[in-house]
Amino acid sequence: METINYQNFRIDAENICVDYNGKVALYDANLRLKPGQICGLVGMNGAGKTTFFNALTGFVNISKGKIRINGESVRSAQKDQTIAYVPQNEGIDSQFPISVWDVVMMGRYGSMNIFRCPRESDVQAVKDAIERVDLTDHLSTPIGNLSGGQRKRTFLARAIAQRASILLLDEPFSGVDIRTEKLISELFIQFKNEGKTILLSTHDMIHVREFCDLVLLINKTVVAYGETSEVFTPENITTTFGGISPDFLFGPES
Amino acid sequence: MELCSFLTLDSFITDPLTHGFMRKALLMSSLVAAVCGFLSSYLTLKGWALMGDAVSHSVMPGVVVAYALGLPFSLGAFIFGVGSVALIGFIKQKSRIKEDTVIGLVFTGFFALGIVLVSKIKSNIDLHSILFGSPLGISLSDVKQTIFISLLVVILLSIFRKDLMLYCFDPRHAKTVGINVFFLHYLLLTCLSLAAVVGLQSVGIILVVAMLITPGATAYLLTDKFDNMTVISVLSAIISSLIGIYVSFWFDLETGGSIVLAQTFIFLFAFLFAPRYGIFKLKKLFAGYKL
Repeated sequence: METINYQNFRIDAENICVDYNGKVALYDANLRLKPGQICGLVGMNGAGKTTFFNALTGFVNISKGKIRINGESVRSAQKDQTIAYVPQNEGIDSQFPISVWDVVMMGRYGSMNIFRCPRESDVQAVKDAIERVDLTDHLSTPIGNLSGGQRKRTFLARAIAQRASILLLDEPFSGVDIRTEKLISELFIQFKNEGKTILLSTHDMIHVREFCDLVLLINKTVVAYGETSEVFTPENITTTFGGISPDFLFGPES
Repeated sequence: MELCSFLTLDSFITDPLTHGFMRKALLMSSLVAAVCGFLSSYLTLKGWALMGDAVSHSVMPGVVVAYALGLPFSLGAFIFGVGSVALIGFIKQKSRIKEDTVIGLVFTGFFALGIVLVSKIKSNIDLHSILFGSPLGISLSDVKQTIFISLLVVILLSIFRKDLMLYCFDPRHAKTVGINVFFLHYLLLTCLSLAAVVGLQSVGIILVVAMLITPGATAYLLTDKFDNMTVISVLSAIISSLIGIYVSFWFDLETGGSIVLAQTFIFLFAFLFAPRYGIFKLKKLFAGYKL
């Protein structure tokens, strides 16, 4: 019998359950991702996408099951800066008095000393990250003055500066301009080549077909999981979205 | 004529300084204002105004009990301040009641308990000075306590300045990179309780929440940089305290109320004329002119 080497998996979630004060948000969910894989997380609002992210980052505790990140616990993944979370634009206070530079520098906090004094290497990492998302002209711009796409890129830069090997992205394409969308998709290819693992939630079915090697369809639990070409079928999508046909959701043959 | 005496700015400022109690009041109120102003940026950004109100009212029974037992009043206040927050968290988690309702419910309950205790214990507690503050009559032991607590809060906030900013801005990211969010949450609450304790000496329990939110709100209208916001908040808090005390001295007004009113006026000024976020946007007003 073949033994599974858990070290091979970047993310290995086994039968995880999450409940909030007795209300079940997610149950018996499984996910295994290897380095260099991009996986789409698809489901309705309230289907448990954010909960799944929260469980992987350790922001909520799982009530059952097991999560291993690079073969280790979530706690040690946090200490090692293994996971970066890129929030959806609605998830952050855009009026917070903070500049692009400061947000990206937050990606380095976990590896700094207690006073969070940036070292030379931190400054360099932040510079490089901002350059990769093409925001060098906006270093000291308050995030409130950025467009939706620029703000999204700022948080991507934070994830890059963090040098995480796993990226969790909540709706990376919502509310962004064409330029940002193109830049993000180029970055995805680079990340893939660097061996990073990406889990992204999206409402846009076209993006799933375009970027995702794998797709995880959830509705409180896993509806279907596997290669996008095999699993991302109209039948599965209909089941995921509670009986509504994909034609209705995305127009015929989108 | 007394009116003439403060027509010269010089005597307006220096005359009160000849009184020892005024020097003490000015110094202590400035210190307290600085501490509350520092914390204020975090509370405003975190959206904890109601929490500040709750904690500051909830310390009331603690102050009374501590006085009755001859303990430092800050100790009693601190225990009840943190206790109220714990109780709010507990009720919220164990019932279906919404958070703002729980907050309102808990702090009024604590406050009422405090008032009842005052009427029952009948010691030398001055209800008026607890409710409305008495910066002019602050005792020596209170001065020591205030200095100690203020320094403690300033040191804690300075050490964890950036972590607290991250916690207010994006707690999820903080957690993801292994920063102890639970600790930061309670650190901020602890500082809030401590600041409420020192603040109530200046302006009293009822108005102390103003010390905790108004300077931050004013600063928030004036800048887009967090560090500047803290500096402006601290400065506006100190200036308000000085103005409030002077005005109350010359016009024989309630000191706590004067301090808070001064803060409110500074806020209104920012609200109307802040360069970017004010109603009249000074920048635009003068846009046509070369200044």
